[in-house]
Amino acid sequence: VPVRCDALARSLSAASDGEALDGRAARHVETCLRCQAELAQYRKLVRVLRALRTEVLSPGPSLAADILTGLERAGERSAARSLLDGRASRRPLALAGAVALGVVAAVVLRSVGDRPAQGAIVGRRRRGQ
Amino acid sequence: VTSDAAVSQPDATAWALPSLVLAARQGDRRAFEELVRATAADTYSLAHRLVGNDEDASDVVQEAYLRAFRGISRFRGDAQFSTWLHRITANCAATHLGRRQRHRHDEIDDEAVVDDHPSRDPEAVAEGRALRDRLTAALAELPPRLRAVVVLRDVYDLPHEAIAAELGITVTAAKVRLHRARKRLREQLFPLPGEEGVGAGPV
Repeated sequence: VPVRCDALARSLSAASDGEALDGRAARHVETCLRCQAELAQYRKLVRVLRALRTEVLSPGPSLAADILTGLERAGERSAARSLLDGRASRRPLALAGAVALGVVAAVVLRSVGDRPAQGAIVGRRRRGQ
Repeated sequence: VTSDAAVSQPDATAWALPSLVLAARQGDRRAFEELVRATAADTYSLAHRLVGNDEDASDVVQEAYLRAFRGISRFRGDAQFSTWLHRITANCAATHLGRRQRHRHDEIDDEAVVDDHPSRDPEAVAEGRALRDRLTAALAELPPRLRAVVVLRDVYDLPHEAIAAELGITVTAAKVRLHRARKRLREQLFPLPGEEGVGAGPV
């Protein structure tokens, strides 16, 4: 049975990428000018596509900075998450810490309004409890 | 006749970063930031070629580095860092395209390109550029699922298995899409006698 050219198209495309043609296909291509031309064109195409690799599209000037900012933000988010929904055993501790911090902040804020020096002392004492 | 000289040396300098990779794998944040700066343009280029526009490409790049950062300690040093990052980018782009399916941006807009290895012969340069522009336009016309495969295989040299894994398809499907993409591109760029004008039609 003779090989039909259009049945070979996929093999020719694969061959342009280094895959070997099987015996029947190879024998056909040896004698078929059209398939030889098609294979040559596929090889040319793959060469031009490979050449694109050396071309770097220029991103906006702030891309790297934006990526780093995004990483930082994600880092903060995940730190906050792990604080909030940490393991059950650690939860009471984290909760107590957060409450203590809130109390200290409230006291400091209020007393900063009245008498700054004393407020600072109160804040420190509370933290120690 | 085209910029073939450039092909033999893919951007070796940009990826000659083994010590940074090693430091980043051990948790050195500064090293990872250096890696980001050194590789961002390359990652962006791949993302842009996959998704076709600047806005989506920037989103994909952002997501890719986030995943890379989270996974860098698991990155095995025996693989190329560039290949690893390209795979992550491909995966993020596929996810992004899936999400965006309903309002598709399909055209690759014109971008300033930086030629790392300018050839000396101005005529050859012009010829190469014209061919490249036609190729870029033809790539932009491909459906994203065909474009992804040919870009990853022929431009970025990822193995069929890696492409299939990152796009969530079988190796056979990846090969079929690759052939369809190449056939369309070949018919448009290098038509054989009798093929002129068929390139734009359905395949």
